[in-house]
Amino acid sequence: MIYLTRVEHFNAAHKLYNPAWSKEKNEIVFGKCANENWHGHNYELYVTIKGEPNADTGFLYDVKKLSDTIKEHVIELLDHKNLNIDVEFLKDKMCSTENLVIGIWQQLIMHLPTEVKLHAIKLYETPRIFVEYFGE
Amino acid sequence: MNKKVAVFRKEHFNAAHRLFNPAWDEKQNDAVFGKCNNPNYHGHNYELEVKVVGEPDPETGYVFDLKKLSDIINENVLEKLDHKNLNLDTVYFENINPTAENIVIVIYEILREKIDEKFDLQIRLYETERNFVEYPV
Repeated sequence: MIYLTRVEHFNAAHKLYNPAWSKEKNEIVFGKCANENWHGHNYELYVTIKGEPNADTGFLYDVKKLSDTIKEHVIELLDHKNLNIDVEFLKDKMCSTENLVIGIWQQLIMHLPTEVKLHAIKLYETPRIFVEYFGE
Repeated sequence: MNKKVAVFRKEHFNAAHRLFNPAWDEKQNDAVFGKCNNPNYHGHNYELEVKVVGEPDPETGYVFDLKKLSDIINENVLEKLDHKNLNLDTVYFENINPTAENIVIVIYEILREKIDEKFDLQIRLYETERNFVEYPV
């Protein structure tokens, strides 16, 4: 079994703010991340697929095609955007890194060929904070 | 031969911003600033490197106490910029674009006032891992 990872990146603005709560409660729970005028990050995205190399090509899957799928269905929707306002698949969701990674998984599952097995998505919000999701 | 040594302190902050020129129409802003002109803003993790050059003090061995340098940067720069919207939440970019170039000049000018003139000061600012600026040069 081979695990193949493609790394992409995007940057975006967001805020962590629950509209059902008061401003005070948001500030207690989310601190500086609740700034009503937004803040932002450089996100680094690691997409890992798994499987056996094809006997004819030696490839698990054409990594250029994997990159194109990530760019078209994830990066195009997120890069230089406001995650709270501009992104349909995050609508009505809290824009945490946790929810973002789940949203990215769902986008990719929808658009990757069924024979490509998505193994993991790792998403860095900062060089020091990252999440991993295995579709479980 | 002088014994000047450069000492560095790395800090980081993140912020939202937008690049646009209010004197231009939307078409020209889009043509020049592209995706960076998103009216809903976008954002970055900024990595900041502050370089101070001087001779080690004979009594302490320090060029500049790096804890003090960190405190100066935190109090005067990070408190003003971290988790902010550079266009809306700061006084520095009311009339200039918050490009990496202009941000690094602002940070230098803030810190230059706080650090004795006997030390040389230079700032490097990473907007992304791949885009960074330095001032002065």
